[in-house]
Amino acid sequence: MRKVLATVSVNKTKEKILKLSEKTITKKEEAFSFFTKISDVVLFLTVVFKETFSRDFEFKEFLKQCYQIGYKTLPLISITGTIMGLVLTIQSRPVLIKFGAETMLPSMVAVSIIREMGPVITALICAGKIGSGIGAELGSMKVTEQIDAMEVSSTNPVRFLIVTRVLATTLMVPILVLYADALGIIGSWIGANIKGDVSFVLFFAQAFKPVEFIDLFPAIIKTFFFGAAIGLVGCYKGFNAGRGTESVGKAANSAVVLASLLVIIIDMVAVQITDMFIS
Amino acid sequence: MINQTNRKKVVEITNLKKSFGNQVILEDISLSLYEGENLVVLGKSGTGKSVLIKCLVGLLSTDSGTILVFDENITSASGKELALIREKMGFLFQSGALYDSMTVRQNIEFPLRRIKKELTEEQIEEKVKEVLANVGLTDSIDKMPSELSGGMRKRISLARTLVIDPKIMLYDEPTTGLDPVTSNEISELIVEVQKKYKTASIIITHDIKCAQKTANRIVMLDKGNVFKEGTLEEFEKSNEKLIQSFFN
Repeated sequence: MRKVLATVSVNKTKEKILKLSEKTITKKEEAFSFFTKISDVVLFLTVVFKETFSRDFEFKEFLKQCYQIGYKTLPLISITGTIMGLVLTIQSRPVLIKFGAETMLPSMVAVSIIREMGPVITALICAGKIGSGIGAELGSMKVTEQIDAMEVSSTNPVRFLIVTRVLATTLMVPILVLYADALGIIGSWIGANIKGDVSFVLFFAQAFKPVEFIDLFPAIIKTFFFGAAIGLVGCYKGFNAGRGTESVGKAANSAVVLASLLVIIIDMVAVQITDMFIS
Repeated sequence: MINQTNRKKVVEITNLKKSFGNQVILEDISLSLYEGENLVVLGKSGTGKSVLIKCLVGLLSTDSGTILVFDENITSASGKELALIREKMGFLFQSGALYDSMTVRQNIEFPLRRIKKELTEEQIEEKVKEVLANVGLTDSIDKMPSELSGGMRKRISLARTLVIDPKIMLYDEPTTGLDPVTSNEISELIVEVQKKYKTASIIITHDIKCAQKTANRIVMLDKGNVFKEGTLEEFEKSNEKLIQSFFN
C-alpha cells in the first residue's frame, strides 16, 4: 500500500515538474517571439532610414502618394475640422457666459484648436483613413505577389513603396493639420454666430490675439512625427502581412490601432517636452 | 529532346536545401537548365516546386547548396549583383501579380523604365506595343488589371516579363485557375516565346497537358528530392506509380 502511495506521489511530482517546464518553455517562446518582433521593427526602421537617403529617389511615386494621401483626405478633414470648431464653441459658450468671459471665446477656441484639438483629431482621422489604406494596400500587394514581382523587376520595394509613403504622410499630415486648424476657427465663428453676432474680422482678430510662437511651433513640429508614425506603422503592418486574404484585414486593422496609439503617446511626450521648455 | 551535349548550362542547381522552421521543403535538389530548352518541373502540391524557383531568383534564401545562373552564384550574391542577374530573368507569377493601381501600359513600362534606362519615350512605346502584339492583347493597353479576365492577366503578365528581353523565363503554374481552352493558349504562347525570344524556361506545373505541350525535358520532384528526370516519352512509358498517377 505504502509503495503504491509513494509511486502515485512520485508521478504527481513528475507531472508538476513537466507542467512547470512546459510553462517555462511557453514563456521562453513568448519572450523569444517578443524580441524577434522588436528586432524586426528595428531592422525595418533601419532599412527605411537607409533607403530614404539613397540616390534613386522615386519622385513620381512620391508626388502620387502626396496626392493620394493629402488631396484625397481633404473632404474628410474639411468636415471634421469645421465641426470640431463649431462644437467646441457651442459647448464652451454657456460656461464662459456663466463666468462673464464670453469675449474670451474666440481666443480660447483658437488656442485649444491650434495647440491640441487640431493636431490630435486630424492625426487620429489620418491614422484611420491613411494608416488603414496603406496597411490594406501593401497587405494585398503582398498577398497577390505584387511586391515579389517588383523585387524581381530589379526595383527596391522598400524605396518604391515605403519611403515614398512615409515621406508623403510626414509632409501631408502637418499641411492637413494647418488646414483643419483654419477650418476649425471658421467653424467656431459660425458657432459664435448661431446664438450671437460677431463679425468675421473681429472674431479672427480676437482669436489670434493670444496666439504666440510657442503655441504654434511645438504643435506643428509634433505633427511631422504624427505623419511619420502613421506612414511607418501602415507600411510595416502591410509589408509584414501574412499570405492569406484574412491578413490584409488584420494588417489594416492593426495599423489603425497602433498608429492611433502612437499619435496619443507622441502627443503626450510632445506636451511634456514643450512644458519643460516653457517652464 | 534537345541535344544537351553542345549546349551551355544557363542554370545549375547543386545540392539545394531549403526548410521553413523544422519543415524541410527541398532536401537535396540538383538540376540544370540548358540554353534554349523548356524544362518542366512536375510534382504534387507542396513538394516545393514554387519554393525552388523563388530560390532561383533570390526571393527566398537557401539553407545550403549553390545556384549558378550564367555562372554567377545567386546564394552568395550581393543586392546589386542579384539585381543584375534578375535583369536576365523573367518571372511569371501564379497570380499574374499585375500592379492593381497601374494600367496595362504602366505595368509593362514599369520594369522597362527601371532596367533599360537608356530607352527614349518612343522606344518604350514601341516596345510596349510590340510585346502586347506578341501576346495578342494590343487593345488592352489602357485597361486596368481589374478589367481583365484570368487568361488576359496571365498574358499581360507574360508581356511584362518579356519586355526586358529575358534570357531565362520562370513560369510558376502558368495554367492554374484557367479553363482548358485558355490553358491551351497559354501553353502555346510559352512555346512561341521559346522560339521567338530564344529563352530557356523552367515551367512549374502539375498540369500534364501543359507539360506535354511545352516540355523538352521533365523533372519530377517528390518529398524535397528529384524523383525522376527525363524526356516526355520516358515519363509516359514509366511504370513508376507516382508518374503513372500524373500521366494516366
